[in-house]
Amino acid sequence: MTELTELTVAAIRKGVAGGDFTAVEVAEAFNANVAAASQLNAFIVATPEKAIEAAQAVDAKRAKGEELGKMGGVPIGMKDLFATNGVQTTAASHMLEGFVPQYESTVSQKLWDAGAGMLGKLNLDQFAMGSSNETSYFGNVISPWRRKDGGNADLAPGGSSGGSSSAVSARLCPAATGTDTGGSIRQPAAFTGITGIKPTYGRCSRWGVVAFASSLDQAGPMARDVTDCAIMLEAMAGFDPKDSTSLDMPVPAWEAALNPDMKGKKVGIPREYRMDGMDPEILKSWDDGIAWLKDAGAEVVDISLPHTKFALPAYYIIAPAEASSNLARYDGVRYGLRDLPEGAGLQDMYAATRADGFGPEVKRRIMIGTYVLSAGFYDAYYNQAQKVRALIARDFEQAWSQCDVILAPTCPSAAFALGDKTSDPLSMYLNDVFAVPASLAGLPAMSVPAGLNSEGLPLGLQIIGKAFDEQGVLNAGLAIEQRAGFTAKPEKWW
Amino acid sequence: MSEYRIQGATGEWEVVIGLEVHAQVTSKAKLFSGAATAFGAEPNTQVSLVDAAMPGMLPVPNRECIRQAVRTGMAIDAQINKWSRFDRKNYFYADLPQGYQISQLYHPLVGEGYLDIALDDKDPENTKRIGVERIHVEQDAGKLMHDQHPTMSYVDLNRSGVALMEIVSKPDMRSPAEAGAYVRKLRSILRYVGSCDGNMEEGSMRADVNVSVRKPGDEFGTRTETKNVNSVRFVMQVIEYEANRQVDVIENGGKVDQETRLFDPDTGTTRTMRSKEDAHDYRYFPDPDLLPLELDDAFIAECRDSLPELPDAKRHRYENELGLTAYNAGQLTADVDVYQRYEAILDATSDKTGKSEKDVATQVANWVLSVAPGVKNATEGAIDAHDTTAANAAIIALSAAGTVSGGQAKEIYEIVLKTGREPDEIAETEGLKQNSDTGAIEAVVDEVLANNADKVEEYRGGKDKLFGFFVGQTMKAMKGQGNPAVVNEILKAKLG
Repeated sequence: MTELTELTVAAIRKGVAGGDFTAVEVAEAFNANVAAASQLNAFIVATPEKAIEAAQAVDAKRAKGEELGKMGGVPIGMKDLFATNGVQTTAASHMLEGFVPQYESTVSQKLWDAGAGMLGKLNLDQFAMGSSNETSYFGNVISPWRRKDGGNADLAPGGSSGGSSSAVSARLCPAATGTDTGGSIRQPAAFTGITGIKPTYGRCSRWGVVAFASSLDQAGPMARDVTDCAIMLEAMAGFDPKDSTSLDMPVPAWEAALNPDMKGKKVGIPREYRMDGMDPEILKSWDDGIAWLKDAGAEVVDISLPHTKFALPAYYIIAPAEASSNLARYDGVRYGLRDLPEGAGLQDMYAATRADGFGPEVKRRIMIGTYVLSAGFYDAYYNQAQKVRALIARDFEQAWSQCDVILAPTCPSAAFALGDKTSDPLSMYLNDVFAVPASLAGLPAMSVPAGLNSEGLPLGLQIIGKAFDEQGVLNAGLAIEQRAGFTAKPEKWW
Repeated sequence: MSEYRIQGATGEWEVVIGLEVHAQVTSKAKLFSGAATAFGAEPNTQVSLVDAAMPGMLPVPNRECIRQAVRTGMAIDAQINKWSRFDRKNYFYADLPQGYQISQLYHPLVGEGYLDIALDDKDPENTKRIGVERIHVEQDAGKLMHDQHPTMSYVDLNRSGVALMEIVSKPDMRSPAEAGAYVRKLRSILRYVGSCDGNMEEGSMRADVNVSVRKPGDEFGTRTETKNVNSVRFVMQVIEYEANRQVDVIENGGKVDQETRLFDPDTGTTRTMRSKEDAHDYRYFPDPDLLPLELDDAFIAECRDSLPELPDAKRHRYENELGLTAYNAGQLTADVDVYQRYEAILDATSDKTGKSEKDVATQVANWVLSVAPGVKNATEGAIDAHDTTAANAAIIALSAAGTVSGGQAKEIYEIVLKTGREPDEIAETEGLKQNSDTGAIEAVVDEVLANNADKVEEYRGGKDKLFGFFVGQTMKAMKGQGNPAVVNEILKAKLG
């Protein structure tokens, strides 16, 4: 029998339901992998007992012949941005170190209700701000991948969902939750050779997810393949009256409707994504993707998204603006860290608490956000960025008259080494260049593995779809997956 | 009303006043959370996860709060904006858990409207129209408690997130009296509509008072804003004080600073809270947690249909249909409690007497406005629960039928207030009934005249003043129960 930890979500679910193995056996196997992988630093807190508890409940249900749920018997990793009742929730910050919510986020609750169990809380960039997982207060996550140059440089797992990507690709969990504000699901998925989808804005409730940028934040699944993403997204999505921006629409049966046949579909190739000085290996993988989708029956068309180059600057105004306000609640008054120097007043307490509780990247974004919203700059920055955002959404609207989905690279490069970009925030931000347009437009977008580059590192391809058309994205992703034949996995060194 | 002017050394000054009234919306739940809103609860017992701004919590607009604000807007004939939006007003304070207040800066729910204020109680038609710039809805903050610990301040979040309407007037008022009338009228409308209880002592309604002075006809002067003034009297005091202070500043060669001030009720003065230089940069921007608020036609129609008859319309109806004087109509309709009491007693009195409301309207108005309050104030040990509509109507009916005199009606009412007994029963057992039996009265009168033949002679000889003496003797003989009108009538007839 295949090792249990090599199985996909679909296979685990089937095996548990069919009695090939028990959910507890699965949980134990993954718990063991988690325990043995502390070097990767993918988890902030492991919760093996939670995984076992949920597995026992599934096994008991099976014994009674009851329905096991969409995720029945599947243990998962939970990004530590989701509030989990009774389990520390930190957003990888010192500010929330030791914070134990008395409530459960809607998305995590839906997963538990669907029969999933929790292996632990996954590391991430602090408050989901970062593209390499180096901003976590609890130390950076290390990618399980290594270059095949004989060196052993530690590579970035991507960010902000770097704990999720590292854990899934290292077989510490079959799937994990991620959140994507400007690429935080897709970029780490691409860096680690796994699959991740950010659904249409509003599909997954934001209730109980520590906010970064409210108008962009969106939860989604990260797993080993497209089918697993479809399964898990079905369990996560759905209208939530507690989130005013939640979509009041039924959740489609994405898994059942998966279909890799692209006949009659048009795939748009945005010419603005082909940038000067792009890595030829990225371009090659893009061409491979085009060929695969043609092979699947799609017609490929050139399209233009003329405002693409303004997306990144607009994103780095809007997201910090919202963050500067969203993070104002961490003030030391009610919960989390409080630094109260001897004789300090309220202002001193704020200053000390926030100076100590936030890392440099979080502070940088709070300062950018505060600046762009201040009197005299608001129109030049925030308002202008909102206009750009509207233009970017319009670009996509116009593109949909020519195509059904858009194919592009997920990132401009493969995974970089830890430390490579930490001294230059701008080059770090550039990592998000292909990811942020879909975020600004609120569109579903996915990264699927396309192959390995010459260094032996995974590259991802991104599929962007129309609003609410996760199905179209998943189907195109499946068509690529079946032709890419990506089976590579990191060699265990940890 | 004569124009209000400050007499300065350099001549007359005119005062310009604008008010921003914060009115707590009557609603069981807060603006963006399901937490309760009762006044006076134990600290931090009415706080949801949203109100405490726990990580990942999100606001969801409470439809009832929006509805109340829309109805309020309709009551002042204001434009209702079918599309409005919430903005965040960012600042740090320990009573503000989110680090921002959700408010509406750019696109308020309610646009321009107005209300007409009466400048003279005696003449309610003599009104001045005060413009309302806008009404927007926003969250209240919590409360700091500084008296719980020697070195620390405590925070009570019960009020955090409670819905407020900010009702912003135009700078249309020109005297403390006008400002007072505006606040009273606004309070009256809010209470009619039921969108705010108007209780200024409990802080359900408070005003930021903007004051500037100018020479009549000049451009507006620099204004100051005095925050959180919580009574009509204080609003008027603030204006009086600020206007005189500003005139002094200017006449002494100084300049009025545009600043935020605080009122000290103990001294009746204001002092600087913060100047323009320290003004916060609130970094307003649209709240990304909330979609724009869009009102559909059915919602707007329901708001309009559920509006009650408003004070001015009611006042006109009282005058035109019930035949009340303008003064009485004005007094009865000024406050919701008064008109509700009036209409209830009117209805019951009409039933009890079988007369039309119009026929008893003036009698009931006099009872409700002057007779009853006079007795009640003078009665020690009056119990409100005894002061029922039925009891009031029964007394008025007894009086209208001539069964009891005005004095007896008061006595009966006093007993009712103390004991809760039935007026009819009191009249019977306490002998508080007047005798209108002409035969019986004639017999007594005959006896009185016979016993005072000398006085009768004097009266007939021209000493008219003696009439009162005969009345007194008759009433005395009847132990005060004779119907004075009948007694007078018979005496006049017998004395010739």
